[in-house]
Amino acid sequence: MEYVIEMNNIRKEFPGIVANDNITLQVKQGEIHALLGENGAGKSTLMNVLFGLYQPEKGEIKVRGEKVDVTDPNVASKLGIGMVHQHFMLVQNFSVTENIILGSEPTKRGSIDLRKAAKDVADISDQYGLRVDPTAKIEDISVGMQQRVEILKTLYRGAEILIFDEPTAALTPQEIKELIQIMKNLISEGKSIILITHKLKEIMQVCDRCTVIRRGKGIGTVNVADSTENSLAEMMVGREVSFEVEKTAAIPKDQVLSIKDLIVEDARGIEVVDGLNLDVRAGEIIGVAGVDGNGQTELIEAITGLRQPKGGTIHVSGQDITSYKPRKVTEAGVGHIPQDRHKHGLVLEFTVGENILLQTYYQKPFTKNGVLNYPKMYEKARQLIEEYDVRTPNEKTLARSLSGGNQQKAIIAREVDRSPDLLIAAQPTRGLDVGAIEFIHRKLVEERDKGRAVLLVSLELDEVLNVSDKIAVIYEGKIVALVDAKDTNEKELGLLMAGGKKGVGETK
Amino acid sequence: MKKRFMMLVSSVVAAGTLLAACGEGNNEDTTPVNNDANGGNEITENEENNNNDGNNEATGDGEGFSSKMVTDTGGVDDRSFNESAWAGLQMFGDDYPEAEVEYIQSNDASDYAPNLNRLARDGTDITFAIGFLMEDDIRTVAQQNEDQNFAIVDTVVMEDDETISNIANITFAEHEGSFLVGAVAAMHSETDHVGFIGGVESDLIKKFESGFKAGVKYVDPDMEVTVQYAQDFNDASRGQQIADTMYGNGVDIIYHAAGGTGNGLFTEAIDRARNGENVWAIGVDQDQALTEGEWDEGNVILTSMVKRVDQAVYQVSEDTMNGNFPGGEVLEFGLEDDGVGIAETRDNVSDEAIEAVEEYEAMILNGEIEVPQTDDEYEEFESSL
Amino acid sequence: MGNIFKDKLFGLVVPLIAIGFGFLAGGVIMLLSGNNPIDGYVALMQGVFGEVYYFGETLQRMTPLIFSGLAVAFAFRTGLLNIGVEGQLIVGWFVSVFVGIVIEAPMIIHLPLAILAGALAGALWGFVPGILKAKFQVHEVIVTIMMNYIAMHVVNHFIRNFMLESGQRTAFINDSASLSSDFLTSITDFSRLHWGFLIAVAACFVMWFILWKTKKGFELRSVGYNKHASSYAGMNVNMNIILSMSVSGAFAGIGGAMVGLGTYNYANILPSFTNLGFDGIAVALLGSSTSIGIFLSAFLFGGLKEGANNMQSQAGVAPELVEIIIALIIFFVASSYLIRWIYSRLQSKKEGK
Repeated sequence: MEYVIEMNNIRKEFPGIVANDNITLQVKQGEIHALLGENGAGKSTLMNVLFGLYQPEKGEIKVRGEKVDVTDPNVASKLGIGMVHQHFMLVQNFSVTENIILGSEPTKRGSIDLRKAAKDVADISDQYGLRVDPTAKIEDISVGMQQRVEILKTLYRGAEILIFDEPTAALTPQEIKELIQIMKNLISEGKSIILITHKLKEIMQVCDRCTVIRRGKGIGTVNVADSTENSLAEMMVGREVSFEVEKTAAIPKDQVLSIKDLIVEDARGIEVVDGLNLDVRAGEIIGVAGVDGNGQTELIEAITGLRQPKGGTIHVSGQDITSYKPRKVTEAGVGHIPQDRHKHGLVLEFTVGENILLQTYYQKPFTKNGVLNYPKMYEKARQLIEEYDVRTPNEKTLARSLSGGNQQKAIIAREVDRSPDLLIAAQPTRGLDVGAIEFIHRKLVEERDKGRAVLLVSLELDEVLNVSDKIAVIYEGKIVALVDAKDTNEKELGLLMAGGKKGVGETK
Repeated sequence: MKKRFMMLVSSVVAAGTLLAACGEGNNEDTTPVNNDANGGNEITENEENNNNDGNNEATGDGEGFSSKMVTDTGGVDDRSFNESAWAGLQMFGDDYPEAEVEYIQSNDASDYAPNLNRLARDGTDITFAIGFLMEDDIRTVAQQNEDQNFAIVDTVVMEDDETISNIANITFAEHEGSFLVGAVAAMHSETDHVGFIGGVESDLIKKFESGFKAGVKYVDPDMEVTVQYAQDFNDASRGQQIADTMYGNGVDIIYHAAGGTGNGLFTEAIDRARNGENVWAIGVDQDQALTEGEWDEGNVILTSMVKRVDQAVYQVSEDTMNGNFPGGEVLEFGLEDDGVGIAETRDNVSDEAIEAVEEYEAMILNGEIEVPQTDDEYEEFESSL
Repeated sequence: MGNIFKDKLFGLVVPLIAIGFGFLAGGVIMLLSGNNPIDGYVALMQGVFGEVYYFGETLQRMTPLIFSGLAVAFAFRTGLLNIGVEGQLIVGWFVSVFVGIVIEAPMIIHLPLAILAGALAGALWGFVPGILKAKFQVHEVIVTIMMNYIAMHVVNHFIRNFMLESGQRTAFINDSASLSSDFLTSITDFSRLHWGFLIAVAACFVMWFILWKTKKGFELRSVGYNKHASSYAGMNVNMNIILSMSVSGAFAGIGGAMVGLGTYNYANILPSFTNLGFDGIAVALLGSSTSIGIFLSAFLFGGLKEGANNMQSQAGVAPELVEIIIALIIFFVASSYLIRWIYSRLQSKKEGK
């Protein structure tokens, strides 16, 4: 069998860490090959070796059977290797065409021949069914479209082997569907694809074979057709994993959160939460399901005091917190796991310990007479790190250098340890791997069982369905349906989320 | 020319304090003040030091004598009094080839004290501080280095209403020179409206202003004079802006005492001359027509009021070398000593005006005209016309 | 992880390399302009260490630079660019001198009062851009630049119209408000070194303590690194912005008070900016916004400026050249990215072998 890419026995060390230890990856011509592993397993390192960003200590790389020395990304490019990065590298106020030709501009008598470039881009776009408008400005197009621009960029440079780094992380379900179609088109046009991911579902859907790595070591390569999600997950995590969240039936008690006729404006002054009513009781998890942009963000911001509501009331444990500032909301007994870890959840340049104390640093015994007691703070941090299994060298490590899952664990430790009456979790597992997701789901259920009210807001229907006891569907700023999680399914929720009426079914 | 200088010890200063003819007298006056501290020693030292001055006397070629200066932030190529002072020192160096002449440039105001100190520590025989901005620094440094000789240009350094025995104070009768260019301006103005641009408002620049206005009004009391201060000595664009406004309001001749700010005046005057307007500028400190104001069809500088800082520096250096350091004295270089006057470049000035200037010069010298130096004196002068 | 240590080391190495490159480039320029770089640098060193007078003057010069550096760094730690240190320093200078002249009180009251007045004036000058930023999202860089001009012209106006004593300056302050020290002057052979230097050293400690040991400092740094996360954690971001600008301005104001009460004992009409505030930006940058770094880089800048004069008198090097060397050092610090890049290149080459 002919391999288009062979990476044999690759070893790459960083000071104090072996990122890749004797990993072998062989990709066949015309296949979609998954590279599966938890965050921090060494997937990105391996791909950066292939792309010429790192030089391996040991091992060899063969492209189409020939041994090559990929010293930098330009060499990789010449070998026909292209990378679609997770974080797009696009100039926001340039057009699609300008972004694509950036770095390899076709010139006509010294000036850039934009017209020819635009035509080339349009041709390639048509060929692979990418449907990209070459003249659109990047800032005006959707995330999914931007990703296609990244794909076009690699194709424009003549890539035969495309590396996709976590391509679905930022996409909506619809966009994911489209991306999968595009990948299939690429294969039928004779390209080969390496898909870096930790999402098992996607692998099952599109991939031919799958190479699993765990903690820097190659675990093996399997045919996807012969595997199940569970078997792949087991290879990845190293133990059995359950996707079903195990939980007993909820025993709801007193009302904790009570929202009445809430109206919230977004930054543009549009009432995106428009007369919303919602109750959450102690001992239950209410999941809020909805298509992104239906007022979820503003709802959470209103509860947590980050945004002042225009109308309506919010009560927590009987206390009117409608006009409270964030600190007072926190003190009223609300914990909040924000949807964007990096932007809202953590101060990345602070240590893990400082981040864990980010809500309580000002209280005794951590602050006395305005002076911080760092030993006490770090003592507390160590205790929580232990308790919540945050994998970090120590409490003084910068939050930035932790993996996503461990960053999220630190946030959860911070928010849950305060024993809030109400715990709000917004997209708590976004971008995390199976192991971390499992941990977080288990924690949410644990908190429920301890008698907390949990409000889970997520765009992932699986998560809402698995974790919640009841599901509130949000549509255009209102809760349009409240259903029991046991009595519903993805299809029904999908309809409700699109504005359909419960029970009315297929009328819309 | 330099030899013709006469020292003029002015007694106008210092609220009636008699400076007598010799600087040494001051030590006795200051004695009570110093007495509490370690006065006794100081005085004897002082006396000795002043006597030492004589020992610095050099031979005819200046061997063993050093004369150095500290510039203000303008530097030696400021086309103004730093440059002029340096020219004086160089002239001195040429005439006495064995004498050591040197300058240190100050980058900002905080450099003044260390630079003065540096020269004093090097054992410089006379250290010049160019510009009144160094007044406080030279006072301190001179008091700390009592065996060294200093001189300052453009101001009088005082302590407790006394001058300081090891500082020579070089001043100029700018009002007299300004009077003459004011007269020239009045005689040349066709719009009967002239202007004055000052740098930063101060007693010194007031002398220019008062003298100029007096000269104008003396010729024709009905002339209009517009005065504006840029509040900056180094902002040519501000100077140009002011000049633009003045010319725009019908002024046709502008005199400036504004250092680098004045360069904007010349730029504006050239622009307007190119457009066929009949406007003039009057320079200051140096014969500015030699370096400024040139355009394809001539020069917009009517004339300049020159201050011969170079001559003053030369003279004080020479006197010090000869053992006659005028410490504690206030030297005013006026018309009498050719310390101020109207520039040698006067191609644009009418013969009639030159004649008048000579006449007024004589009248000032014999006391017939007393040129005002301050606003109050000017008002008095104007009402007497 | 070795990374932290490496980062710390890097924080030290980059400025040192930058300084090295700056001097190297300065040497090349001296060569090209026909000077002997060795003579030049020897004169520079002698101009700083050669006599106690020069050393005292160097310490005197670095005193306001420490404060302006601390002011810039303090704001910077909160994510703000305080370009207005110059203006804050000018008003601090003026107001402290004003208090030094008009009030008569025993030193134990008068001197702290005068310094405090300078601090308050500077704080007010920082408060204005702070509140504009917090309430109306007006960018602090623009406001602070404008405030510099306002400070200079307002102060000049007051001195010119109400306090002009001789020439361009106010009267001398009362002795009871003066930081001048006969003792320090005498041990440094008549330099203008004054007690303000010790206050500056204390201020370095104060900034370190505020930022790293207090609750407020924790909030300020948190806001500086991540405004969003800070507001999510219940901190009042706007309040912290205002506070940070005010404290930064207070540091600058005290810096001005040091000049007014220590170095000159008067305030004077400023024909142009003092540049002490602007140099503070470079000092903070070179010192990586740390107290100790600021102290050291203030010494470097003070020394360069002091030694520069000796370079011209002893080695005949143009004073502009020293300005060029300072500019080059700042350039190399600012392009620390370049140094990091070269360093990592060398590193990966080593690894490759």
